[in-house]
Amino acid sequence: MADGECIIEVEGLYTRFGSHVVHEDINLCVRRGEVLGLVGGSGSGKTALMRQMLGLETPAQGKVRFSGLPLHGQDRKKLQYMRNRCGVLFQKGALFSALSVYDNIALPMRELRTLDEDIIRRLVMLKLKMVDIDTRHATKMPAELSGGMIKRIALARAMALDPELLFLDEPTAGLDPQLSDAFVKLIQGMRHELPLTIVMATHDLDTLVALSDRVAVLAEQRMVALGTLQEVINAKHPFITSFFCGERGKRILENNRGILQG
Amino acid sequence: MPENQGSNSSIVLRRVTSEDGTSRLVLAGNCTLTALGKRLQPLVGELAAHAADPELQWDLTGVTQMDDAGAVLLWRAWAEHRPRHLLLQPEHERLFCRLEKMPAPPAPIARDRLWPITVLGKAVFLLWDHLIGLIALSGQLLLDAMYLIGHPARVPWREISANLYRTGAQALGITALVGFLIGVVLSFLSSRQLQMFGADIFIINILGVSVIRELGPVLAAILVAGRSGSSMTAQLGVMRVTEELDALTVMGIPHSQRLVMPKVIALGIAMPLVVLWTSAVALIGGMVVAEIQLGLGYQFFLSKLPDAVAIANLWLGLGKGVVCGMVIALISCHFGLRIKSNTESLGEGTTNSVVTSITVVIIIDAIFAVVFSNVGLR
Repeated sequence: MADGECIIEVEGLYTRFGSHVVHEDINLCVRRGEVLGLVGGSGSGKTALMRQMLGLETPAQGKVRFSGLPLHGQDRKKLQYMRNRCGVLFQKGALFSALSVYDNIALPMRELRTLDEDIIRRLVMLKLKMVDIDTRHATKMPAELSGGMIKRIALARAMALDPELLFLDEPTAGLDPQLSDAFVKLIQGMRHELPLTIVMATHDLDTLVALSDRVAVLAEQRMVALGTLQEVINAKHPFITSFFCGERGKRILENNRGILQG
Repeated sequence: MPENQGSNSSIVLRRVTSEDGTSRLVLAGNCTLTALGKRLQPLVGELAAHAADPELQWDLTGVTQMDDAGAVLLWRAWAEHRPRHLLLQPEHERLFCRLEKMPAPPAPIARDRLWPITVLGKAVFLLWDHLIGLIALSGQLLLDAMYLIGHPARVPWREISANLYRTGAQALGITALVGFLIGVVLSFLSSRQLQMFGADIFIINILGVSVIRELGPVLAAILVAGRSGSSMTAQLGVMRVTEELDALTVMGIPHSQRLVMPKVIALGIAMPLVVLWTSAVALIGGMVVAEIQLGLGYQFFLSKLPDAVAIANLWLGLGKGVVCGMVIALISCHFGLRIKSNTESLGEGTTNSVVTSITVVIIIDAIFAVVFSNVGLR
């Protein structure tokens, strides 16, 4: 699975917010079919890098390509086609607060203008079932939902068009351990059924260990390591040592020894 | 076999009839939403036509990729059960298993026939609710004011000063522009009429009374309601959305004292000053046109103005300013605090706040006109 072509290429990327430099010369290739974990301390620019990959922000320097095509300077139709193939789970869900749960998930489907309401209704129910949300919640508004439900419904919306590329920004932040485990299982299950590529920014070591095929570590404005979890841990860098080999990190890695060596 | 289809090609249907008379439908290619695209609508009809034959053998082993949308499409064509003869790839098996277990969608809620009555009733209750809310907020402000008189060190001077600057000083530009233009227009139209009767001199009376007593205060109040009122409502609304209001509550800082009170006091002070400014600029506009149209000198205009307009009119205008300013701030804060944490409520609240403020400003003006009908007019 690991040796696919690049679905996203980041080349010599620099990000600056005013005089504050966030990224310096980042090079990255997200391979088709893999789960890439983005790791870094707070403020290391994980979310910023993800936003660059999505084309929400333009890099100060450097290029981002999606399936070989540059993200900027595309015509409308092509860009829309590219966007329809990506799903994004934002950190706080970003559900439209004026729309019900049902309409939130149905919105990207309706925007396609090829699906009729009957198919949309079935698909929405299917997506809700997939993220394990009872259908009686379909008519609720986002303000009435708990944090965990918002995350799951946001995932259902991100998956509405069965994208081939999924961006997850802190997918398990703010969820209790059981819900995070369920979330990890959910994503593993989806990968089983669909040829899914996932880019995931996370702080959560459990999620990282359970899901990612490769890990990219951001620290000091640069990408200090990129490779399988084992390779990354073996890289000698003060941030990696403190992140993976702290009290918590050691315990989690100990529990997952099987995964790492297998 | 159809496996050698391109990776992004849409689905292909092929019907084969073997020697023993059984027919087979071979599906090949990609059955995903992106691959189907525009082909989706015609495909619905084709599949339905094929599904009409119950003895048809469905061969889906040639399908390279299938997603939920593709599966739902087939499932619907099959009238929600598997056809008698079906060949599937094992990885697609799971999709149909999920579809079999899919819960029925909730029934759409039937429309209430009594809706005109319920809508009207709700509107009345809402009005009552607003009225009670406004009275409660005013009462709370009164209690806060009494508390602050007892504890002068706790008066939020900094917030009052900030609000004074935002609602007063920053409003000077727009009120001057509008006031000047209104003065020019009023003076121009009146002078043409007065010229016909040779009553040029009365332009001073018309401009003086109408601007100082009526137009200055009302114009300023409407502009401030649109400008500062909306920003107050939106500010409180966003604070609700971002949970800042809750953060204040848990710190034990009352909303009314720290957020509402400074706004009401600041607008109560700023508004009469803005009224004075607007009236002055409008009079200057009128004066300029009077000089051009009628040849009335500036000095003559200014020296005649105190004789034409009683000083009571100025106090009346300033009084209107104080009342309107405080009421605008109160209404804006009331609507701001009622906003719920969603975007639609934010927009609706801001609109309602501005509309209500402007309406109430005009009502206040009417009340003043009736109550003080004997004051300042000769």
